[in-house]
Amino acid sequence: MHPYPVWKTLSLIVVVLVAAFYALPNLYGEAPAVQIGTVSGDALPADFAAQVDKALAADHIAYASSRAEGKQWVVRFGDPETQLKAADALKRELGSGYIVALNLASKTPAWLAAIGAKPMPLGLDLRGGVHLLLQVDIDDARKAAVQRYLNDLPTFLRRQDIHYSGRRASGDAVVLEFATPALRDQAQKAIAGEYRELALSVPANAAVPTLEARLSDTEARRIVDYAVQQNLITLRNRVNELGVAEPIVQRQGADRIVVELPGVQDPTHVKELLGATATLEYRAVDETPGAAESAAQTGIVPPDDELFYTREGHRPILLKREVIASGPQLVDAAPTVDPQSGTPAVSVTLDATGAKKMFDFTSQNVGHLMAVLYKETRIDTTYNAKGEALRERHDVADVISVATVREPFGKRFQTTGLTQKEAHDLSELLKAGALAAPIEIVEERTIGPSLGADNIRRGWHAAVAGFVLVVVFMAIYYNVFGLFADVALLLNVILIVGALSILQATLTMPGIAGIVLTLGMAVDANVLINERIREELRLGLTPQTAMVAGYERAFLTIADSNVTTLIAALVLYFLGKGPVQGFAVTLMIGIASSMFTAIVGTRTLAHYVFRGRKLKDLPV
Amino acid sequence: MRIFSKVPNIDFMAQRKHALMLSGVLSVIALALLVFRGLNFGIDFRGGVLVEVSYPQSVALDEVRAELKQGGYGDAVVQYFGGTSDVLIRLPAPKDEAVGGDAQKKTTAVSARVLETLGAKEKGISLRRVEFVGPQVGQELTQDGAIALLAAFAGIFLYVMFRFEWKFSAGSIAALTHDAIMTLGFLSLVREEFDLTVLAGVLAMLGYSNNETIVIFDRVRENLINLRKRPVLEIINLSINQTLLRSIITHFTVLMVLSCLFFFGGKSVHGFAVAMMVGVVVATYSSIYISSGVTVLLNIKREDLIPPEDHALTGRSKDGAVV
Repeated sequence: MHPYPVWKTLSLIVVVLVAAFYALPNLYGEAPAVQIGTVSGDALPADFAAQVDKALAADHIAYASSRAEGKQWVVRFGDPETQLKAADALKRELGSGYIVALNLASKTPAWLAAIGAKPMPLGLDLRGGVHLLLQVDIDDARKAAVQRYLNDLPTFLRRQDIHYSGRRASGDAVVLEFATPALRDQAQKAIAGEYRELALSVPANAAVPTLEARLSDTEARRIVDYAVQQNLITLRNRVNELGVAEPIVQRQGADRIVVELPGVQDPTHVKELLGATATLEYRAVDETPGAAESAAQTGIVPPDDELFYTREGHRPILLKREVIASGPQLVDAAPTVDPQSGTPAVSVTLDATGAKKMFDFTSQNVGHLMAVLYKETRIDTTYNAKGEALRERHDVADVISVATVREPFGKRFQTTGLTQKEAHDLSELLKAGALAAPIEIVEERTIGPSLGADNIRRGWHAAVAGFVLVVVFMAIYYNVFGLFADVALLLNVILIVGALSILQATLTMPGIAGIVLTLGMAVDANVLINERIREELRLGLTPQTAMVAGYERAFLTIADSNVTTLIAALVLYFLGKGPVQGFAVTLMIGIASSMFTAIVGTRTLAHYVFRGRKLKDLPV
Repeated sequence: MRIFSKVPNIDFMAQRKHALMLSGVLSVIALALLVFRGLNFGIDFRGGVLVEVSYPQSVALDEVRAELKQGGYGDAVVQYFGGTSDVLIRLPAPKDEAVGGDAQKKTTAVSARVLETLGAKEKGISLRRVEFVGPQVGQELTQDGAIALLAAFAGIFLYVMFRFEWKFSAGSIAALTHDAIMTLGFLSLVREEFDLTVLAGVLAMLGYSNNETIVIFDRVRENLINLRKRPVLEIINLSINQTLLRSIITHFTVLMVLSCLFFFGGKSVHGFAVAMMVGVVVATYSSIYISSGVTVLLNIKREDLIPPEDHALTGRSKDGAVV
């Protein structure tokens, strides 16, 4: 009898058990649920359970469970109608600080959720929803930057009292002409000092003294990055407003953004929302004591003022009608640290036009308040009794920042006295309100829920049919060793599903095809082993020796042949995208797990079944 | 249960020249199909708009076409998808699809307008799926697809060279090229739509096909080392015969699951299943005739596989000069 190491048996049991636990959540199915999170992304308040209970109790809505899951609060219901009623009630009662989204939440019991076991997320082709691939027009962003310098540089030179005789844009460069080389050199020195992001050069064969200012490579990259980031932020904010559970807004490559909205069925609405415009305005504050409060109460607003509310705390505030600077003049906004106080701050850069007006205003208003107003056009969709969509446009404007002007400033300035998070949030909002580079939809996929359900059903049927056929065939053809292979195949399925669930890999239709294909290919290892055992038996080896030799000799062949499939899968993973990557992942996991179950799994089974028996022949 | 009572003894290599010629002719036909008829590229590669709608009952395609023509979509391609109540509509990509501004109004959703157009006459139509792929995305995908094929070839070549020898690599690549051409040619012949999932199928098929070749090569190497007296050609024949049964059984199980995908998996994996099925059948042939045939053609020798140190060692052990 050949000794068989205990650790192999143990590792097999441990691996299968772990995989089984993590695969389990996929069996529980889903319940209609409402998912609630805060708009700001902050943690939910401590008494949130009571708030939800109160909101639901007001409408006599019963729920199945109500608990926090990560940063979200999830309430599960018995049926979709209750879910819809509850979502309406919660939206109404909780107010605008929360995102209330419909979702299908897994019915995974709490003890499984506690070890982090979650079902595989379903791809859009199985669940239905909208997928958009957006391309940021980086040429436009670059052109806008050149255009800005074309305005800014002459203004700057005038202020420095350096006379230029001509200016024009040439490709992605700003060309400045001067009367004398001395003036040009003077200008070059001044510009180099102020605009470090520009690469300056003097063309050799120009007729008149000429200076060329070009965006440096790092600056050009920064502009593209900024344009994409800016759009990402805006899109995230908009998508949050949609109230979609588990949306994805992700950068893809240099200049693309992927938006995935599971469960959303109306791409028109999505595109309207994504296309909605936001802007911001710097305005002076009417500081008359009590004026804002009385205006809010009486509705009588002084003629030069407009009444707004602050986003945080919803306090009334009166702003002067005159706009100092607005979104399109904002070049950059970034969280930073104030060098004087060492506290978090937001640094803002304006273009020349904005900078001039800002300087004029701040030099006359040191010690006074200045506010940032964030304006957005939103489109709300409601449904009438017939279920038809009604779209309503309305402008939303609120004050996102109020600060005291400490000294005159123009092009660059800082807003200080913020917490780290406030600085981050404010810079994001400022970016969102600045004029963003245009985006273009380059790919759109909308999958209806019925198609998704059909795909799940079909994939399931194909998988079950394939599994049963292979199991029956193997048992008939290889007898007991066929049954070993069948057990290995079952373990294989558990391992694949478990691994995909642990990785939280999105299950797609090609992914299901990958699993089904793996079922057929997985038994190959056992076929190789079993054929080899038969061969060794024919050569006259004793059953036990033939078994050991069969496993040993087949191993290298199995490894070699699987590596090539793995190469193809890797190529697919790195060059493919979306569903194809899903297919590649399932294929790779399938190859690894089928090798493990076929070699270690069946070997262990064979060992324990035939241990200590005197065998005349092997049932292979 | 057994198919053969003992290892079969078929002289595969005797027909290798005829087989290579047959493959040559078939490859030329397949290439001609690819050049002159081309692949029926899906929306993933070609770009455009695709709308799948479901009618409550069967609908005549001519009616749908007429309605679309009235709505200004005379260039729409309309076909059944699955049953006669599901209709697939293809449209060329709209120009200037943009978010925001008037451009959005212009093309915000061709799909929505198509649905409106169709819904004007017939109530209860449901939208199953809308896909829009911009032309530049399609171009990039075609490029990526070609790169993927080349990368897979290169990876497999290097691996086989590392594990075996370059003559085997050449044999593998010849078989892979053959399988790829045959499968693509077949897809062109039956006008199966070529989308991303089908490309994934073709690549998976290549991995699988090479799997076949490797199993045979592995046996060839083993036999070359163990049966030193027998000529190389005979050893290749023996190895193919020894692995034949395993190939038949594995192909059988793979074809079983693929036919399940083909019959139950629905349209979205239809092309994938077809590509793989053709690939599996072609791979059986190519792993025997092409990969082994080319390796023989390159004059594979026993010395190619048995490292020279091995000779040195055995030589020394004969002299007894071993510690």
